Amino acid sequence: MSGLFSHIGRYSILLGQVFTRPAKASEYRRLIVDELDKIGLQSLGIVALLSFFMGAVVTIQTAANIDSGWIPKWTIGFTTRQTMILEFSSTIVCLILSGKVGGNISSEIGTMRITEQIDAMDVMGVNSASVLILPKIIAAIFIFPFMVIGSMFLGICAGAIVGTGQGVISLTDYIYGLQYYFEPYQVSYTLIKTVVFAFIITSISSYHGYFTKGGAREVGQSSTKAVVYSMVFILLSNYILTQLLLL
Amino acid sequence: MIEVKNISKSFDGNTVLHDVTTEFLPGKVNFIIGRSGSRKSVLTKCIVGLNEVDKGEIFFDGRNFTSLNKWDRRSIRQEMGMLFQGAALFDSMTVEENVMYPLRMFSKMTKAELQKRVDECLERVNLSGKNKLYPSEISGGMQKRTGIARAIAMNPKYLFCDEPNSGLDPQTAIVIDNLIKEITVDYNITTVVVSHDMASVIEIGDLINFIYQGNLWWRGNPASILNSDNKEVTEFVFPSAFMQEIRDALRQGHK
Ligand SMILES: Nc1ncnc2c1ncn2[C@@H]1O[C@H](COP(=O)(O)OP(=O)(O)OP(=O)(O)O)[C@@H](O)[C@H]1O
Ligand SMILES: [Mg+2]
Repeated sequence: MSGLFSHIGRYSILLGQVFTRPAKASEYRRLIVDELDKIGLQSLGIVALLSFFMGAVVTIQTAANIDSGWIPKWTIGFTTRQTMILEFSSTIVCLILSGKVGGNISSEIGTMRITEQIDAMDVMGVNSASVLILPKIIAAIFIFPFMVIGSMFLGICAGAIVGTGQGVISLTDYIYGLQYYFEPYQVSYTLIKTVVFAFIITSISSYHGYFTKGGAREVGQSSTKAVVYSMVFILLSNYILTQLLLL
Repeated sequence: MIEVKNISKSFDGNTVLHDVTTEFLPGKVNFIIGRSGSRKSVLTKCIVGLNEVDKGEIFFDGRNFTSLNKWDRRSIRQEMGMLFQGAALFDSMTVEENVMYPLRMFSKMTKAELQKRVDECLERVNLSGKNKLYPSEISGGMQKRTGIARAIAMNPKYLFCDEPNSGLDPQTAIVIDNLIKEITVDYNITTVVVSHDMASVIEIGDLINFIYQGNLWWRGNPASILNSDNKEVTEFVFPSAFMQEIRDALRQGHK
Protein backbone atom coordinates (compact mmCIF):
# COMPACT_ATOMS: atom_id res chain seq x y z
CA MET A 1 0.00 0.00 0.00
CA SER A 2 2.79 2.43 0.87
CA GLY A 3 4.27 1.38 -2.47
CA LEU A 4 1.16 2.63 -4.23
CA PHE A 5 1.32 5.98 -2.42
CA SER A 6 4.97 6.48 -3.26
CA HIS A 7 4.15 5.73 -6.93
CA ILE A 8 1.35 8.29 -6.88
CA GLY A 9 3.64 10.83 -5.21
CA ARG A 10 6.49 10.38 -7.67
CA TYR A 11 4.07 10.33 -10.61
CA SER A 12 2.56 13.66 -9.51
CA ILE A 13 5.95 15.26 -9.00
CA LEU A 14 7.05 14.08 -12.43
CA LEU A 15 3.92 15.52 -14.04
CA GLY A 16 4.58 18.79 -12.24
CA GLN A 17 8.03 18.82 -13.80
CA VAL A 18 6.61 18.00 -17.24
CA PHE A 19 4.35 21.03 -17.20
CA THR A 20 6.69 23.63 -15.64
CA ARG A 21 9.31 25.77 -17.34
CA PRO A 22 9.32 24.09 -20.70
CA ALA A 23 12.14 24.74 -23.17
CA LYS A 24 11.91 26.60 -26.47
CA ALA A 25 8.61 26.38 -28.35
CA SER A 26 10.36 25.65 -31.65
CA GLU A 27 11.93 22.54 -30.08
CA TYR A 28 8.57 21.26 -28.93
CA ARG A 29 7.01 21.76 -32.34
CA ARG A 30 9.70 19.59 -33.89
CA LEU A 31 9.43 16.93 -31.17
CA ILE A 32 5.62 16.82 -31.39
CA VAL A 33 5.77 16.22 -35.13
CA ASP A 34 8.17 13.34 -34.48
CA GLU A 35 5.84 11.85 -31.91
CA LEU A 36 2.77 12.22 -34.12
CA ASP A 37 4.56 9.96 -36.53
CA LYS A 38 5.74 7.45 -33.90
CA ILE A 39 2.56 7.34 -31.84
CA GLY A 40 0.02 7.98 -34.58
CA LEU A 41 1.01 7.06 -38.10
CA GLN A 42 2.93 3.97 -37.09
CA SER A 43 -0.12 2.62 -35.25
CA LEU A 44 -2.60 3.17 -38.07
CA GLY A 45 -2.10 -0.29 -39.53
CA ILE A 46 -2.95 -2.21 -36.40
CA VAL A 47 -5.90 0.02 -35.54
CA ALA A 48 -7.33 -0.34 -39.05
CA LEU A 49 -6.90 -4.10 -39.09
CA LEU A 50 -8.54 -4.53 -35.70
CA SER A 51 -11.43 -2.19 -36.41
CA PHE A 52 -12.25 -3.78 -39.73
CA PHE A 53 -12.42 -7.31 -38.35
CA MET A 54 -14.24 -6.30 -35.18
CA GLY A 55 -16.92 -4.49 -37.18
CA ALA A 56 -17.29 -7.51 -39.43
CA VAL A 57 -17.46 -9.97 -36.53
CA VAL A 58 -19.96 -7.94 -34.51
CA THR A 59 -22.21 -7.77 -37.57
CA ILE A 60 -22.08 -11.51 -38.22
CA GLN A 61 -22.53 -12.36 -34.53
CA THR A 62 -25.56 -10.13 -34.21
CA ALA A 63 -27.01 -11.56 -37.39
CA ALA A 64 -26.50 -15.08 -36.13
CA ASN A 65 -28.18 -14.26 -32.82
CA ILE A 66 -31.31 -12.55 -34.11
CA ASP A 67 -32.13 -15.23 -36.60
CA SER A 68 -35.48 -15.88 -34.90
CA GLY A 69 -37.47 -13.68 -37.23
CA TRP A 70 -39.28 -11.39 -34.81
CA ILE A 71 -36.31 -9.08 -34.18
CA PRO A 72 -35.99 -6.62 -37.08
CA LYS A 73 -32.94 -6.94 -39.32
CA TRP A 74 -31.88 -3.32 -38.86
CA THR A 75 -30.91 -4.22 -35.29
CA ILE A 76 -27.70 -5.54 -36.85
CA GLY A 77 -26.66 -2.09 -38.09
CA PHE A 78 -27.76 -0.55 -34.80
CA THR A 79 -25.73 -3.02 -32.72
CA THR A 80 -22.61 -2.64 -34.81
CA ARG A 81 -22.83 1.14 -34.50
CA GLN A 82 -23.37 1.07 -30.75
CA THR A 83 -20.56 -1.42 -30.14
CA MET A 84 -18.05 0.46 -32.23
CA ILE A 85 -18.93 3.92 -30.96
CA LEU A 86 -19.46 3.19 -27.29
CA GLU A 87 -16.77 0.69 -26.44
CA PHE A 88 -14.72 -0.85 -29.17
CA SER A 89 -13.24 2.16 -30.94
CA SER A 90 -12.27 3.88 -27.71
CA THR A 91 -11.68 1.37 -24.95
CA ILE A 92 -10.54 -1.70 -26.87
CA VAL A 93 -8.45 0.26 -29.37
CA CYS A 94 -6.78 2.16 -26.52
CA LEU A 95 -6.11 -1.08 -24.65
CA ILE A 96 -4.34 -2.38 -27.74
CA LEU A 97 -2.49 0.90 -28.16
CA SER A 98 -1.35 0.79 -24.54
CA GLY A 99 0.51 -2.37 -25.51
CA LYS A 100 2.03 -0.93 -28.63
CA VAL A 101 2.56 2.73 -27.80
CA GLY A 102 2.97 2.35 -24.03
CA GLY A 103 5.56 -0.40 -24.28
CA ASN A 104 7.45 1.58 -26.86
CA ILE A 105 7.49 4.82 -24.83
CA SER A 106 8.58 3.11 -21.65
CA SER A 107 11.43 1.17 -23.22
CA GLU A 108 12.65 4.20 -25.14
CA ILE A 109 12.76 6.46 -22.07
CA GLY A 110 14.02 3.60 -19.87
CA THR A 111 16.95 2.98 -22.19
CA MET A 112 17.77 6.68 -22.19
CA ARG A 113 17.77 6.57 -18.39
CA ILE A 114 20.10 3.61 -17.99
CA THR A 115 22.53 4.84 -20.65
CA GLU A 116 22.74 8.20 -18.80
CA GLN A 117 21.23 10.14 -21.72
CA ILE A 118 18.72 11.67 -19.30
CA ASP A 119 21.54 12.63 -16.91
CA ALA A 120 23.30 14.24 -19.87
CA MET A 121 20.22 16.41 -20.47
CA ASP A 122 19.90 17.29 -16.79
CA VAL A 123 23.54 18.35 -16.53
CA MET A 124 23.09 20.69 -19.49
CA GLY A 125 20.18 22.28 -17.66
CA VAL A 126 17.54 20.85 -20.00
CA ASN A 127 14.23 19.96 -18.30
CA SER A 128 14.49 16.33 -19.38
CA ALA A 129 11.06 15.33 -18.09
CA SER A 130 9.36 18.03 -20.05
CA VAL A 131 11.36 17.59 -23.26
CA LEU A 132 10.88 13.83 -23.30
CA ILE A 133 7.34 13.47 -22.01
CA LEU A 134 5.32 16.56 -22.94
CA PRO A 135 5.56 16.04 -26.73
CA LYS A 136 4.34 12.47 -26.31
CA ILE A 137 1.34 13.50 -24.20
CA ILE A 138 0.37 16.30 -26.57
CA ALA A 139 0.82 14.18 -29.69
CA ALA A 140 -1.29 11.33 -28.27
CA ILE A 141 -4.07 13.60 -27.04
CA PHE A 142 -4.21 15.18 -30.47
CA ILE A 143 -3.96 12.09 -32.68
CA PHE A 144 -5.85 9.41 -30.72
CA PRO A 145 -9.31 10.98 -31.31
CA PHE A 146 -8.74 10.95 -35.06
CA MET A 147 -7.68 7.32 -34.91
CA VAL A 148 -10.76 6.46 -32.89
CA ILE A 149 -13.07 8.22 -35.36
CA GLY A 150 -11.34 6.36 -38.17
CA SER A 151 -11.81 3.12 -36.27
CA MET A 152 -15.57 3.71 -35.86
CA PHE A 153 -15.94 4.49 -39.52
CA LEU A 154 -13.94 1.46 -40.66
CA GLY A 155 -15.76 -0.93 -38.32
CA ILE A 156 -19.15 0.26 -39.46
CA CYS A 157 -18.12 0.02 -43.12
CA ALA A 158 -16.75 -3.47 -42.53
CA GLY A 159 -20.13 -4.46 -41.07
CA ALA A 160 -21.88 -3.16 -44.16
CA ILE A 161 -19.50 -4.94 -46.53
CA VAL A 162 -19.60 -8.28 -44.74
CA GLY A 163 -23.33 -8.11 -43.89
CA THR A 164 -24.46 -7.35 -47.42
CA GLY A 165 -21.76 -9.55 -48.94
CA GLN A 166 -23.01 -12.57 -47.04
CA GLY A 167 -26.60 -11.60 -47.64
CA VAL A 168 -27.56 -11.43 -43.96
CA ILE A 169 -28.87 -7.87 -44.27
CA SER A 170 -29.70 -5.40 -47.01
CA LEU A 171 -27.81 -2.13 -47.19
CA THR A 172 -31.04 -0.18 -46.64
CA ASP A 173 -31.80 -2.07 -43.41
CA TYR A 174 -28.21 -1.67 -42.24
CA ILE A 175 -28.25 2.07 -42.85
CA TYR A 176 -31.65 2.38 -41.18
CA GLY A 177 -30.13 0.65 -38.16
CA LEU A 178 -27.15 2.95 -38.19
CA GLN A 179 -29.39 5.99 -38.06
CA TYR A 180 -31.87 4.60 -35.57
CA TYR A 181 -31.97 6.66 -32.41
CA PHE A 182 -28.52 8.11 -33.04
CA GLU A 183 -27.26 10.42 -30.31
CA PRO A 184 -24.23 12.53 -31.29
CA TYR A 185 -23.52 12.88 -27.59
CA GLN A 186 -22.34 9.28 -27.58
CA VAL A 187 -19.54 10.22 -29.96
CA SER A 188 -18.52 13.06 -27.66
CA TYR A 189 -18.56 10.63 -24.75
CA THR A 190 -16.23 8.29 -26.59
CA LEU A 191 -13.88 11.09 -27.63
CA ILE A 192 -13.69 12.39 -24.06
CA LYS A 193 -12.76 8.88 -22.93
CA THR A 194 -10.15 8.66 -25.69
CA VAL A 195 -8.42 11.85 -24.59
CA VAL A 196 -8.27 10.56 -21.02
CA PHE A 197 -6.91 7.20 -22.19
CA ALA A 198 -4.28 8.94 -24.35
CA PHE A 199 -3.11 10.84 -21.30
CA ILE A 200 -3.08 7.69 -19.16
CA ILE A 201 -1.07 5.66 -21.66
CA THR A 202 1.58 8.28 -22.38
CA SER A 203 2.02 9.61 -18.85
CA ILE A 204 2.05 6.23 -17.07
CA SER A 205 4.41 4.69 -19.61
CA SER A 206 6.72 7.68 -19.49
CA TYR A 207 6.70 7.50 -15.70
CA HIS A 208 7.79 3.87 -15.66
CA GLY A 209 10.49 4.54 -18.23
CA TYR A 210 11.78 7.68 -16.52
CA PHE A 211 12.37 5.97 -13.18
CA THR A 212 13.98 2.82 -14.55
CA LYS A 213 17.09 1.72 -12.65
CA GLY A 214 19.54 -0.97 -13.64
CA GLY A 215 19.97 -2.61 -17.02
CA ALA A 216 18.24 -4.29 -19.94
CA ARG A 217 16.22 -6.58 -17.68
CA GLU A 218 14.80 -3.61 -15.78
CA VAL A 219 13.94 -1.83 -19.02
CA GLY A 220 11.90 -4.90 -19.95
CA GLN A 221 10.23 -4.94 -16.55
CA SER A 222 9.40 -1.25 -16.81
CA SER A 223 7.68 -1.69 -20.12
CA THR A 224 5.67 -4.61 -18.79
CA LYS A 225 4.62 -2.48 -15.82
CA ALA A 226 3.83 0.42 -18.14
CA VAL A 227 1.45 -1.73 -20.17
CA VAL A 228 -0.19 -3.40 -17.18
CA TYR A 229 -0.73 -0.17 -15.23
CA SER A 230 -1.97 1.66 -18.34
CA MET A 231 -4.52 -1.08 -18.94
CA VAL A 232 -5.70 -1.16 -15.34
CA PHE A 233 -6.14 2.60 -15.26
CA ILE A 234 -7.88 2.62 -18.63
CA LEU A 235 -10.39 0.07 -17.34
CA LEU A 236 -10.89 1.96 -14.07
CA SER A 237 -11.35 5.32 -15.70
CA ASN A 238 -13.60 3.78 -18.34
CA TYR A 239 -15.91 2.69 -15.55
CA ILE A 240 -15.78 6.02 -13.75
CA LEU A 241 -16.25 8.11 -16.90
CA THR A 242 -19.14 5.98 -18.05
CA GLN A 243 -20.85 6.51 -14.71
CA LEU A 244 -20.25 10.24 -14.91
CA LEU A 245 -21.07 10.83 -18.54
CA LEU A 246 -23.81 8.38 -19.42
CA LEU A 247 -25.94 8.11 -16.30
CA MET B 1 37.22 27.53 -9.49
CA ILE B 2 35.01 24.91 -7.90
CA GLU B 3 35.03 24.63 -4.11
CA VAL B 4 33.64 21.53 -2.44
CA LYS B 5 32.98 22.08 1.25
CA ASN B 6 32.31 19.24 3.68
CA ILE B 7 29.95 17.23 1.52
CA SER B 8 28.48 13.96 2.75
CA LYS B 9 26.13 11.63 0.96
CA SER B 10 24.36 8.44 1.92
CA PHE B 11 22.11 6.02 0.08
CA ASP B 12 19.49 4.21 2.17
CA GLY B 13 21.40 4.81 5.42
CA ASN B 14 24.78 3.82 3.95
CA THR B 15 27.18 6.73 4.01
CA VAL B 16 29.15 6.66 0.76
CA LEU B 17 30.84 10.07 0.94
CA HIS B 18 32.39 11.23 4.19
CA ASP B 19 32.84 14.96 4.66
CA VAL B 20 34.76 15.63 1.43
CA THR B 21 36.42 19.02 1.08
CA THR B 22 38.56 20.01 -1.88
CA GLU B 23 38.87 22.52 -4.68
CA PHE B 24 39.39 22.40 -8.43
CA LEU B 25 41.37 25.14 -10.17
CA PRO B 26 40.74 26.87 -13.50
CA GLY B 27 43.02 26.15 -16.43
CA LYS B 28 44.13 22.96 -14.70
CA VAL B 29 43.30 19.32 -15.18
CA ASN B 30 42.09 18.27 -11.73
CA PHE B 31 41.98 14.53 -11.22
CA ILE B 32 39.77 12.46 -8.97
CA ILE B 33 41.38 9.05 -8.70
CA GLY B 34 40.80 5.95 -6.65
CA ARG B 35 40.00 2.28 -6.88
CA SER B 36 36.90 0.96 -8.53
CA GLY B 37 33.98 1.51 -6.16
CA SER B 38 35.75 4.24 -4.18
CA ARG B 39 32.78 6.60 -4.99
CA LYS B 40 34.49 8.73 -7.64
CA SER B 41 31.38 8.78 -9.81
CA VAL B 42 29.12 9.51 -6.85
CA LEU B 43 31.34 12.44 -5.87
CA THR B 44 31.26 13.79 -9.42
CA LYS B 45 27.49 13.43 -9.64
CA CYS B 46 27.15 15.28 -6.34
CA ILE B 47 29.31 18.12 -7.64
CA VAL B 48 27.25 18.57 -10.80
CA GLY B 49 24.01 18.14 -8.87
CA LEU B 50 22.79 14.88 -10.41
CA ASN B 51 22.85 13.57 -6.84
CA GLU B 52 21.71 15.84 -4.03
CA VAL B 53 24.17 16.03 -1.15
CA ASP B 54 22.99 15.39 2.41
CA LYS B 55 25.40 17.88 3.93
CA GLY B 56 27.90 20.46 2.73
CA GLU B 57 28.05 22.99 -0.08
CA ILE B 58 29.51 23.38 -3.55
CA PHE B 59 30.56 26.75 -4.95
CA PHE B 60 31.14 27.54 -8.61
CA ASP B 61 33.31 30.67 -8.71
CA GLY B 62 31.82 31.76 -5.42
CA ARG B 63 28.22 30.98 -6.37
CA ASN B 64 26.59 28.57 -3.94
CA PHE B 65 25.20 25.86 -6.23
CA THR B 66 23.82 23.70 -3.44
CA SER B 67 21.45 26.35 -2.11
CA LEU B 68 19.87 27.01 -5.52
CA ASN B 69 16.71 25.23 -6.60
CA LYS B 70 16.49 23.21 -9.78
CA TRP B 71 15.45 26.16 -11.93
CA ASP B 72 17.96 28.66 -10.65
CA ARG B 73 20.73 26.14 -11.19
CA ARG B 74 20.10 26.26 -14.90
CA SER B 75 22.28 29.29 -15.57
CA ILE B 76 25.26 27.60 -13.89
CA ARG B 77 24.47 24.34 -15.62
CA GLN B 78 24.76 26.02 -18.98
CA GLU B 79 28.38 26.74 -18.07
CA MET B 80 29.03 23.03 -17.46
CA GLY B 81 29.98 20.35 -19.91
CA MET B 82 30.12 16.71 -18.98
CA LEU B 83 31.52 13.63 -20.63
CA PHE B 84 29.91 10.52 -19.16
CA GLN B 85 31.56 7.20 -18.40
CA GLY B 86 29.62 5.62 -21.29
CA ALA B 87 29.62 8.78 -23.48
CA ALA B 88 25.79 8.98 -23.10
CA LEU B 89 25.26 10.25 -26.64
CA PHE B 90 21.67 10.61 -27.77
CA ASP B 91 21.44 7.50 -29.89
CA SER B 92 18.51 8.66 -31.99
CA MET B 93 20.56 11.65 -33.19
CA THR B 94 23.55 11.94 -35.50
CA VAL B 95 26.97 13.09 -34.31
CA GLU B 96 26.18 16.58 -35.57
CA GLU B 97 22.75 16.71 -33.90
CA ASN B 98 24.30 15.58 -30.63
CA VAL B 99 26.78 18.43 -30.64
CA MET B 100 24.10 20.87 -31.76
CA TYR B 101 21.65 19.82 -29.04
CA PRO B 102 22.71 22.14 -26.21
CA LEU B 103 23.11 25.02 -28.65
CA ARG B 104 19.65 24.50 -30.08
CA MET B 105 18.18 24.32 -26.60
CA PHE B 106 19.79 27.42 -25.18
CA SER B 107 21.33 29.68 -27.79
CA LYS B 108 19.60 31.99 -30.23
CA MET B 109 21.95 31.12 -33.09
CA THR B 110 20.77 31.02 -36.67
CA LYS B 111 21.04 27.82 -38.67
CA ALA B 112 24.27 28.94 -40.30
CA GLU B 113 25.82 29.94 -36.97
CA LEU B 114 24.81 26.61 -35.44
CA GLN B 115 26.41 24.71 -38.29
CA LYS B 116 29.59 26.77 -38.02
CA ARG B 117 29.90 26.15 -34.26
CA VAL B 118 29.24 22.42 -34.66
CA ASP B 119 31.86 22.11 -37.38
CA GLU B 120 34.36 23.97 -35.18
CA CYS B 121 33.73 21.62 -32.27
CA LEU B 122 33.97 18.52 -34.42
CA GLU B 123 37.19 19.77 -35.94
CA ARG B 124 38.56 20.41 -32.44
CA VAL B 125 38.10 16.71 -31.63
CA ASN B 126 39.24 15.51 -35.07
CA LEU B 127 35.86 14.32 -36.22
CA SER B 128 35.37 16.54 -39.27
CA GLY B 129 33.24 14.83 -41.88
CA LYS B 130 31.60 12.43 -39.44
CA ASN B 131 28.62 14.80 -39.02
CA LYS B 132 25.94 12.52 -40.38
CA LEU B 133 26.90 9.26 -38.69
CA TYR B 134 24.92 7.82 -35.79
CA PRO B 135 26.60 6.90 -32.48
CA SER B 136 26.10 3.21 -33.26
CA GLU B 137 28.09 3.65 -36.47
CA ILE B 138 31.27 5.02 -34.88
CA SER B 139 33.92 3.49 -32.64
CA GLY B 140 34.09 3.86 -28.86
CA GLY B 141 36.91 6.38 -29.13
CA MET B 142 34.94 8.46 -31.61
CA GLN B 143 31.92 8.33 -29.30
CA LYS B 144 34.05 9.71 -26.48
CA ARG B 145 35.30 12.44 -28.78
CA THR B 146 31.75 13.27 -29.85
CA GLY B 147 30.88 13.43 -26.15
CA ILE B 148 33.72 15.93 -25.65
CA ALA B 149 32.56 17.97 -28.65
CA ARG B 150 29.05 18.11 -27.18
CA ALA B 151 30.44 19.04 -23.77
CA ILE B 152 32.46 21.98 -25.15
CA ALA B 153 29.81 23.24 -27.60
CA MET B 154 28.52 25.88 -25.17
CA ASN B 155 32.05 27.07 -24.26
CA PRO B 156 31.83 25.70 -20.73
CA LYS B 157 33.70 27.14 -17.78
CA TYR B 158 33.60 23.75 -16.08
CA LEU B 159 34.27 20.44 -17.78
CA PHE B 160 33.69 17.06 -16.12
CA CYS B 161 35.00 13.85 -17.66
CA ASP B 162 34.13 10.53 -16.03
CA GLU B 163 36.71 7.99 -17.15
CA PRO B 164 37.34 9.60 -20.53
CA ASN B 165 39.64 6.85 -21.72
CA SER B 166 38.34 3.69 -20.12
CA GLY B 167 37.92 0.94 -22.67
CA LEU B 168 40.26 2.57 -25.17
CA ASP B 169 43.62 1.33 -26.36
CA PRO B 170 46.63 3.20 -24.87
CA GLN B 171 47.31 5.23 -28.00
CA THR B 172 43.72 6.40 -28.42
CA ALA B 173 43.65 7.10 -24.69
CA ILE B 174 46.61 9.45 -25.06
CA VAL B 175 44.88 11.27 -27.92
CA ILE B 176 41.83 11.87 -25.69
CA ASP B 177 44.02 12.89 -22.73
CA ASN B 178 45.93 15.41 -24.79
CA LEU B 179 42.70 16.77 -26.20
CA ILE B 180 41.34 17.35 -22.71
CA LYS B 181 44.57 19.03 -21.63
CA GLU B 182 44.65 21.33 -24.67
CA ILE B 183 41.04 22.38 -24.30
CA THR B 184 41.56 23.06 -20.60
CA VAL B 185 44.55 25.30 -21.19
CA ASP B 186 43.26 26.99 -24.36
CA TYR B 187 39.92 28.04 -22.87
CA ASN B 188 41.02 28.25 -19.21
CA ILE B 189 38.42 25.70 -18.17
CA THR B 190 38.15 24.18 -14.69
CA THR B 191 38.43 20.56 -15.72
CA VAL B 192 37.66 17.61 -13.44
CA VAL B 193 38.72 14.20 -14.71
CA VAL B 194 37.72 10.96 -13.00
CA SER B 195 40.11 8.14 -13.72
CA HIS B 196 41.99 5.19 -12.39
CA ASP B 197 44.54 5.28 -15.16
CA MET B 198 47.87 6.39 -13.63
CA ALA B 199 49.35 6.90 -17.09
CA SER B 200 46.97 9.76 -17.85
CA VAL B 201 47.30 11.15 -14.34
CA ILE B 202 51.06 11.48 -14.80
CA GLU B 203 50.70 12.64 -18.40
CA ILE B 204 48.18 15.47 -18.08
CA GLY B 205 47.36 15.85 -14.36
CA ASP B 206 47.95 19.13 -12.56
CA LEU B 207 46.24 18.34 -9.27
CA ILE B 208 45.23 14.98 -7.88
CA ASN B 209 42.49 14.09 -5.40
CA PHE B 210 42.82 10.51 -4.21
CA ILE B 211 39.55 9.08 -2.92
CA TYR B 212 39.58 6.09 -0.59
CA GLN B 213 36.29 4.51 0.50
CA GLY B 214 34.43 7.77 0.09
CA ASN B 215 37.01 9.88 1.91
CA LEU B 216 39.32 12.45 0.39
CA TRP B 217 42.47 10.60 1.42
CA TRP B 218 45.27 12.53 -0.24
CA ARG B 219 45.79 15.67 -2.37
CA GLY B 220 48.82 16.64 -4.37
CA ASN B 221 50.45 16.79 -7.77
CA PRO B 222 51.84 14.07 -10.07
CA ALA B 223 55.40 14.49 -8.87
CA SER B 224 54.48 14.11 -5.21
CA ILE B 225 52.18 11.13 -5.72
CA LEU B 226 55.07 9.02 -6.96
CA ASN B 227 57.01 9.74 -3.78
CA SER B 228 54.11 9.62 -1.37
CA ASP B 229 54.51 7.46 1.73
CA ASN B 230 50.78 7.08 2.26
CA LYS B 231 50.05 3.35 2.34
CA GLU B 232 46.77 3.46 0.36
CA VAL B 233 48.21 5.87 -2.19
CA THR B 234 51.29 3.76 -2.86
CA GLU B 235 49.21 0.63 -3.11
CA PHE B 236 47.07 2.36 -5.72
CA VAL B 237 49.95 3.85 -7.69
CA PHE B 238 52.14 0.74 -7.56
CA PRO B 239 49.62 -2.07 -7.43
CA SER B 240 51.80 -4.94 -8.56
CA ALA B 241 55.17 -6.37 -7.54
CA PHE B 242 56.41 -5.38 -10.98
CA MET B 243 55.37 -1.75 -10.49
CA GLN B 244 56.98 -1.71 -7.05
CA GLU B 245 60.23 -2.89 -8.57
CA ILE B 246 60.05 -0.06 -11.08
CA ARG B 247 59.50 2.39 -8.23
CA ASP B 248 62.45 1.05 -6.27
CA ALA B 249 64.62 1.19 -9.37
CA LEU B 250 63.54 4.79 -9.97
CA ARG B 251 64.22 5.78 -6.37
CA GLN B 252 67.64 4.25 -6.48
CA GLY B 253 68.33 6.05 -9.73
CA HIS B 254 67.49 9.35 -8.02
CA LYS B 255 69.99 8.81 -5.26
N1 LIG C 1 22.23 5.40 -6.69
C1 LIG C 1 22.87 4.68 -5.76
N2 LIG C 1 22.17 4.01 -4.81
C2 LIG C 1 22.80 3.30 -3.86
N3 LIG C 1 24.14 3.15 -3.78
C3 LIG C 1 24.89 3.77 -4.69
C4 LIG C 1 24.29 4.57 -5.73
N4 LIG C 1 25.28 5.07 -6.49
C5 LIG C 1 26.43 4.61 -5.96
N5 LIG C 1 26.22 3.84 -4.89
C6 LIG C 1 27.25 3.20 -4.06
O1 LIG C 1 28.53 3.71 -4.42
C7 LIG C 1 29.42 2.66 -4.79
C8 LIG C 1 30.12 2.89 -6.10
O2 LIG C 1 30.43 4.22 -6.26
P1 LIG C 1 30.95 4.80 -7.66
O3 LIG C 1 30.13 4.31 -8.78
O4 LIG C 1 31.07 6.24 -7.45
O5 LIG C 1 32.39 4.13 -7.77
P2 LIG C 1 33.53 4.56 -8.77
O6 LIG C 1 34.68 5.00 -7.92
O7 LIG C 1 33.03 5.51 -9.78
O8 LIG C 1 33.87 3.16 -9.42
P3 LIG C 1 34.35 2.84 -10.92
O9 LIG C 1 35.78 3.22 -10.98
O10 LIG C 1 34.16 1.37 -11.02
O11 LIG C 1 33.48 3.63 -11.85
C9 LIG C 1 28.57 1.42 -4.96
O12 LIG C 1 29.23 0.37 -4.34
C10 LIG C 1 27.28 1.73 -4.29
O13 LIG C 1 27.22 1.11 -3.04
MG1 LIG D 1 32.68 5.45 -11.92
